[in-house]
Amino acid sequence: MLTKVHTGLEPVPGIWWRPAHKAEKIWVGIAFAWCMVLFAMMPLWHYRGGQNPAGVRTRVDPKAFYARTVEFANQYKIAEDRGIPIVQPPPGADVYLVGTTFSWYPILQLQAGKEYMLHLSSADVNHGFSLFPMNINFQIVPGYDYALRVTPTTAGDFRIVCNEFCGIGHHTMVGRVIVVDESGSTVADNAKATLKNGGAP
Amino acid sequence: MPAVRVCPATGRTIHRQAELLVRFNAVVAVVALLIGAIAALLLVLTRWQAVHLLPAEWYYRLLGVHGMNMLIFFIIFFEMAVLWFAATVLLNARPAAPRFGWVNFGLMVVGALIVEWTQFTGRADVLFTSYPPLKAHPLYYLGIILFAVGALLVTAQFFATLVIAKREKTYEGSMPLVVYGAVTAAIIAVITLIHGALIYIPTFLWSIGVIESIDPQVYRMIWWALGHSSQQINVAAMVAIWYMLGALTVGSVVLNEKVSRSAFVLYIMFISMASAHHLLVDPGFSPAWKIVNTSYFMYMAVLASMVHGFTVPAGMELGMRLRGFNDGLFGWLRRAPWGDPGFSSLVFSVVVFGFVGGITGVTLGTEQINIIAHNTMRIPGHFHSTVVSGTALAFMGATYYLLPLIFRRKVAFWKLAKVQPYLFAGGLLLLVMGMTFAGSFGVPRRHWDISFSQAPFDVPFNPAVDIFLAMMGIGGIIAVTGALAFILIAVTSVFFGETVTEFPRGAEIRGIPQGLTNPPVHPANVDELNAALHAPERGFAGATPGTLVLVGVFLLAFILYYFTNWKLLSFLWKIG
Repeated sequence: MLTKVHTGLEPVPGIWWRPAHKAEKIWVGIAFAWCMVLFAMMPLWHYRGGQNPAGVRTRVDPKAFYARTVEFANQYKIAEDRGIPIVQPPPGADVYLVGTTFSWYPILQLQAGKEYMLHLSSADVNHGFSLFPMNINFQIVPGYDYALRVTPTTAGDFRIVCNEFCGIGHHTMVGRVIVVDESGSTVADNAKATLKNGGAP
Repeated sequence: MPAVRVCPATGRTIHRQAELLVRFNAVVAVVALLIGAIAALLLVLTRWQAVHLLPAEWYYRLLGVHGMNMLIFFIIFFEMAVLWFAATVLLNARPAAPRFGWVNFGLMVVGALIVEWTQFTGRADVLFTSYPPLKAHPLYYLGIILFAVGALLVTAQFFATLVIAKREKTYEGSMPLVVYGAVTAAIIAVITLIHGALIYIPTFLWSIGVIESIDPQVYRMIWWALGHSSQQINVAAMVAIWYMLGALTVGSVVLNEKVSRSAFVLYIMFISMASAHHLLVDPGFSPAWKIVNTSYFMYMAVLASMVHGFTVPAGMELGMRLRGFNDGLFGWLRRAPWGDPGFSSLVFSVVVFGFVGGITGVTLGTEQINIIAHNTMRIPGHFHSTVVSGTALAFMGATYYLLPLIFRRKVAFWKLAKVQPYLFAGGLLLLVMGMTFAGSFGVPRRHWDISFSQAPFDVPFNPAVDIFLAMMGIGGIIAVTGALAFILIAVTSVFFGETVTEFPRGAEIRGIPQGLTNPPVHPANVDELNAALHAPERGFAGATPGTLVLVGVFLLAFILYYFTNWKLLSFLWKIG
């Protein structure tokens, strides 16, 4: 059964394809079973879980996407903050957000508990969509429209941090998303949201 | 000077040209490590928001410099040294076309110098990944191409040397497991470097205006087949070094060649597709594509790592037990040579790579969990525990043995060398935990200013983030101190060290690791002892009960961390 005792530095004479000891067999079996659990969790979450990076993904011309976003912003604009339009689309609408060096356009105002089709893309280089303080992250690639069905479940005043390096001004690229509750009032409970969602490993 | 010599410690034939190639590659690797370590210190002191040292431009520039020097130049030059060492010294073979080896070494050095020049002069502020449409100076891409071609040709020489060894019958039977691991690394290197050519050549042509545009999503896919697969060269080389250091320091035995070698084959077969886990929240790929590439394929590579994670410590345990350290569950571990920097490096490399790097890596590489991790500080938190406290530390441990064996010098500053692995691993553990926890609060990676002082809107991070960034900062300073200590020891030993001509058995000599003067030899009746330890009445735990307990703890930690992350994910908005 056993090969002659040897270290990994010595050549192995003869046939070394021999049965493993029970302890090794048990560990390989457990490790394999665990890997199958790791695999099964992903399709399972697509059926039963609420957070999936699926959406509808299409190619798009960056200029056309930018023009579509401007059109969308003009259509639903309700106010302005620091020169950027605040846009309130109706629930269920297609919502557009574009990253350009170094800003996000426009500011979105959404209703808690309602579903939207959020289209993400870039007008120039790669950007990173990182919703603070929820810590929801997506890669934004120019030429690709990433449309995600999003239902904000918590009201509040949120930020979009760019978390893909996009140039020397990358760290100034911050956008804003406002989520209002059913009464229609803006509830800025960032502090609470941080405590609830930002924690642990 | 004669073309060959006989090693006084191991009795192996060492060819002069091969030895010189090992030495030169190792020395250049250490120079790259020095540049990377200085950059690391400046970067960590910038990301530690309370210190915030560098201006924005230099932060991003040095981030690129740090990535290139550590992940490419340090590691690949060292791997070239490992390939030359494994093929010639471990197989007693002469190197294939050593003169051509110097040409390739020259190509790699020239390529590296060109890259350094473009980076330091601000001609390549595109970070390590250089995602188009961000564009660098054409020479930047050309430098990388030259370096990669040199590395690819050395790999070809490695395979040629294997053929020579087989033909000239320099060894009997199958090649040693450590060389088998090096072959695995070399095969993955070929796959990786081909992807590098596939992406850097068109990008170079784009940068000089021959090609009109590069699709940013296609670039990301092929680039990561280089960027992540290259880390699998490291993993394979590191595991080979684990088996080597185990053998040299405690007389590790190979439990079962079939199991260990099959695990290496799994790496080759599945690791390239696993690079897809960098694209889990990218718009260009369907969920089915993402799941297939990161589940069946990646998890078979994960399985391989879990197998080595058992066989390496189990080999150490059995090696120690066969040498008489047979008391209790963990007597073998307690009575191991903890003062030998080769041994302590090995243990910390295995433990941090497995417990921290492995567990976080698999968890972050899960399709949906990536939503709460992508491009946050959790990512550098993960790969500093694999590439740095795993691979780099294993390479450092190997260096403490290569200095007397190949450079024929005593290890300088011996006392410092004994604590260096503790310093390096301890600092990195702090750094990695600081990064991981800060990332869990959404702190982005590759970001100059998370106080957002120049941004239109405030981003009020949880105050706990300051504590984690301080942890990262202090850990980073300790880890860089450990790296600089290693460089000081290595450079002083190589250029000013005391010459070693013999390894007197039984003596304890400052500057020579104990495994060389007190080699961990097994008693003459070792096969009988081995059979007794494997006797059926010892139950299923057999000869390695201690390791079985350790991997059990590992699995529990893994399960806990993995499902905690699913729970955290479930708190988010509905997205689909």
